[in-house]
Amino acid sequence: MAISSLTVDIHALSHWYGKGSTRRQVLQGVDLQISAGEVVLLTGPSGCGKTTLLTLIGALRKVQEGDVEVFGQQLRGAARGQRQRLRRRIGMIFQGHNLLRCLTAEQNVQMGADLLPNLGYRARRDQAREWLRSVGLEDELGKLPHDLSGGQKQRVAIARALAAKPQLLLADEPTAALDSGTGREVVELLKRLAREQSCSVLMVTHDPRILDVADRLVRMEDGRLYQTIS
Amino acid sequence: MIRAFWQRRRIPLASLMLIRQPVRLAVALAGISFAGILMFMQLGFRDGLFDASVTVHRLFDADVVLISPRSTSSVSMAGFPRRRLIQAMASPEVEGITPVHWNLLLWRNPETLGTRSILALGFEPGHPLFTDPTLAEKAKLLTQKGRVLFDEKSRAEFGPVAEWFREGRTVESEINGKRVRVAGLIGLGASFGADGNLLTSSETFLDLIPNTPSGSIEVGLIRLKPGSNAEEVAQRLQSQLPDDVTVLTKQGFIDFEQNYWRTSTSIGFIFTLGAAMGFVVGCVIVYQVLYSDVSDHLPEYATLMAMGYKLNSLLGVVVREGLLLALFGYLPAYAAGQGLYLLVRNATQLPVAMNTVRAVSVFSMILIMCMLSAGLAMKRLVDADPAEIF
Repeated sequence: MAISSLTVDIHALSHWYGKGSTRRQVLQGVDLQISAGEVVLLTGPSGCGKTTLLTLIGALRKVQEGDVEVFGQQLRGAARGQRQRLRRRIGMIFQGHNLLRCLTAEQNVQMGADLLPNLGYRARRDQAREWLRSVGLEDELGKLPHDLSGGQKQRVAIARALAAKPQLLLADEPTAALDSGTGREVVELLKRLAREQSCSVLMVTHDPRILDVADRLVRMEDGRLYQTIS
Repeated sequence: MIRAFWQRRRIPLASLMLIRQPVRLAVALAGISFAGILMFMQLGFRDGLFDASVTVHRLFDADVVLISPRSTSSVSMAGFPRRRLIQAMASPEVEGITPVHWNLLLWRNPETLGTRSILALGFEPGHPLFTDPTLAEKAKLLTQKGRVLFDEKSRAEFGPVAEWFREGRTVESEINGKRVRVAGLIGLGASFGADGNLLTSSETFLDLIPNTPSGSIEVGLIRLKPGSNAEEVAQRLQSQLPDDVTVLTKQGFIDFEQNYWRTSTSIGFIFTLGAAMGFVVGCVIVYQVLYSDVSDHLPEYATLMAMGYKLNSLLGVVVREGLLLALFGYLPAYAAGQGLYLLVRNATQLPVAMNTVRAVSVFSMILIMCMLSAGLAMKRLVDADPAEIF
């Protein structure tokens, strides 16, 4: 296999849900390449298969047909263990923040840092604090998620995703629950931090106000991808 | 080594999950403690009753005991030829023997004149019977015919014998219709099979039950020379003597009696069932708590899986929660058990006390209970699909 600088390389990816007569195709021969360090925004009407594509790249679902290579590893036919190990190199940010309710902001971020091998407890905790500082939450270390505002929670989630030092960040409408000002701020932050780590980003969004942060825009409709020149 | 382990530790998710949900934690701990207390009480009562069945057996000054194979328990002892005990003397390890008559006789309450069965032991007053040295002195009083030593710890239904005797009165009563006089008091204690005890000489004993076949005794006590192995001697005697005796060590004699109450009566079953109920109730509560805990946190577990945590390490969180619950639920149960045993001892005279075996077995039951529940709750965790959380 040729060594490529592509983080994600997808060819002729198709995916179906359901069985028999209720079987429904959600992805139809999708092709997508993302280079290292590139920020790609994926837009499209709801139900068009964006989230399915994201879960396939994130190694959360089995690939049915087509080739999905992430960091040069073929995901079609990949075993559960291989997918789990691959997920450690992929950061994920969700619509809901999905923070652990019983952990403080600092502990939540450390759950990400805890995935790093060969690092002592103190080193991982210091990293967690460092990340919270870079998302501007150094004063909220000991707060539980329900004491934080929506924007703060999403920033904790970003810090958690980045604390595991991912080479690819997948974000599913990270601004959906935020007002426009905060949303803008969160996305700017996300882009800046990802760039510093030379981490590729694939972000699904409906939000037209944040499209300009992208290096490239792709649009999805009815399971097909259309490249847009940015 | 320990340092390296300490450095590798992660966020203690299991304990944080428990601590940050105090109501759920309290419910779980209360349930486990309750189950533990129930088990402690039921098993304590059971063992206490079994212990009480051998109050007299423990007192005998013997290393090896002969009984009839037809005997089933202290309340139905059969006779065997006294010759066998003499034959046992031939063994070089044997230091001394005491033939003992043993039967339940009808004692007439000197106050109310009602009768009630009492355990009577007949022995030669010169022979050692109990390990208690004060008995030898009192036994001399039995050389006169028609005299008995009355157990002052017998139940009150036998009459105010001890009080009257201490007041200096001459206490006389009837056994099986024959007049006897109380020559002294001893302290043995009521057992499960007999509400009271009395000692008398072999001569008086045979007088009270005239139809006893001559040369027949119910128990033969054998004392061995210091340093002898009672187990070995008992085995050899059993093979040497005819089939009409059973040879037991003193512990074997105690076990024989306890085994009767354990297997041939419903006591063991009733209290073991009680303990099992505690176990089941505990299981249900812990399962409920852990299952709803896992269900409530399912999206969070799925998130952790999406982040790259192994399913096994998340299952480990549930196991650790179970372990912590077992440990912190057991401690109050142990403390409460100690307190309740004290209460029961004072109220019933039953020898109920904490012992290591029971402390360990109740902890094991609680541990099994928590691990079983954790195992069942894990099934829910396997349902967590990280693809569903987007």
